[in-house]
Amino acid sequence: MSILVWAEHDNAALKDATLGAVTAAGKLGEVHLLVAGAGVDGVAAQAAQVAGVAKVLVADDAAYGAALPENVAPLIVGLMAGYDAFVAPATTTGKNIAPRVAACLDVAQISDILSVEGPKTFTRPIYAGNAIATVESSDAKLVITARGTAFAKAEATGGSAAIEAVATTGDAGLSSFVGAELAKSERPELTSAKVIVSGGRALKDAETFAATILPLADKLGAAVGASRAAVDAGYVPNDYQVGQTGKIVAPEVYVAVGISGAIQHLAGMKDSKTIIAINKDEDAPIFQVADYGLVADLFSAVPELTGKL
Amino acid sequence: MKIVVPVKRVLDYNVKPRVKADGTGVDLANVKMSMNPFDEIAVEEAIRLKEKGAAGEIVVVSVGPQKAQETLRTALAMGADRAILVQTDDVVEPLAVAKLLKAIVEAEAPGLVLLGKQAIDDDSNQTGQMLAALTGRPQGTFASKVEVDGDFVNVTREVDGGLETVRLALPAIVTTDLRLNEPRYASLPNIMKAKSKKLETKSPADYGVDITPRLTVLKVTEPAQRSAGVKLADVDALVGKLKELGVGA
Repeated sequence: MSILVWAEHDNAALKDATLGAVTAAGKLGEVHLLVAGAGVDGVAAQAAQVAGVAKVLVADDAAYGAALPENVAPLIVGLMAGYDAFVAPATTTGKNIAPRVAACLDVAQISDILSVEGPKTFTRPIYAGNAIATVESSDAKLVITARGTAFAKAEATGGSAAIEAVATTGDAGLSSFVGAELAKSERPELTSAKVIVSGGRALKDAETFAATILPLADKLGAAVGASRAAVDAGYVPNDYQVGQTGKIVAPEVYVAVGISGAIQHLAGMKDSKTIIAINKDEDAPIFQVADYGLVADLFSAVPELTGKL
Repeated sequence: MKIVVPVKRVLDYNVKPRVKADGTGVDLANVKMSMNPFDEIAVEEAIRLKEKGAAGEIVVVSVGPQKAQETLRTALAMGADRAILVQTDDVVEPLAVAKLLKAIVEAEAPGLVLLGKQAIDDDSNQTGQMLAALTGRPQGTFASKVEVDGDFVNVTREVDGGLETVRLALPAIVTTDLRLNEPRYASLPNIMKAKSKKLETKSPADYGVDITPRLTVLKVTEPAQRSAGVKLADVDALVGKLKELGVGA
């Protein structure tokens, strides 16, 4: 089988999310990475070094700069004549593009796979991860999104794939990119961080969240996350949200501060290697999944912890 | 401008799903079912657009069993005008739903289709994007803000890095994220009024759509469970554990 994999990037650098998708696709067959974007020579050079990639296809066109699905789906659909499967990382970009490709190819998409069980058989979470379905596709071609935390990252270097330019399909004229407000942070990215400190509703307000959580995260070299309740209350922006509908994370260490552990939050972090919970309610559901729990008032415990590290 | 809002009847989000002992799926017998929360947000957004004068008629559509009528009545009680149930007891995958919706969109010619970004049962996150593909129209997924501007709609989307805004030519498909709005509760008079609103029942065959599933579910299992660990006595004990884990040392 030959597999076309969507390379996630910001036109300047290849994103880590690509590497898990390469691993997932590698279980199916020969992996070709598609770098579609605007001014992406640098990204293509990086993509060519990813271990396990046989070929890099480059589609360089201003119309692909913002990865608008109206523009990139026709490109992918055209290329799929030569491939058996399309795999995208289950990022907001991958989730936006892959179903559009699947419908154009008249195949069912298999979303958010956790494992490859056979050439057409996969496991995937349903009901916010409260159940795992094993599904088999009957379609001639496969369209898949792969959950990043479920697959080891392919090595970013060591490969030497050939780079080949492909014909571009231009602007479909249906949509345009207006702008973005992207969080800039010196901290590690949530989805690839080794350590995450997350705060919940108990943090009271944006100032208290920042004053309590950030110093601890700094000490631990951690990314900062939040529960849906904290995001809805406006303590932090939406891109901090860990959970079923936010980001799915699986760091080495996850520190949950003032998070009760709603089912939707647990769905986003329960695959973390070690979970630490600090909460004053000893009956909070978070303690049922935590490896280490500290029943304490976070407003005294967290500063004390930060001070002692 | 007419708005079509597809809605799905799903296990209520407060109910903990239980995997059936025979591994064929999740037990839905005698449990509370409700409108998919993301779809509720879509209904609310359509009503707000209508209240602002940006939209005319709101048509809600569901594909599912006869009981999905209840879900449609809920949407009518919130403020939608008319409902269509494409009735089937079969498993309907997102691709088949998108094909049925395409037929309805062709008949109704809405300016906007608003729907939830995913259903909380199968978590597929596909139907809106597939409908956009099949109708050849633009898509604004994971919306946290929707502004109709003449022949265009500006959609602010929740993306991994933060927010981004796209401008789409109407007609367009928009899928809703959590922070777009907070859906209203239907008032009792509106619940009564909804009973007399028109609800039309159709079948997939009426639209000439083959809904045969493409995926076979081989089994459904419980996820690996984590067991509760230990409670630590104080902050010093936690500092010790963090050092053992090699962080913060």
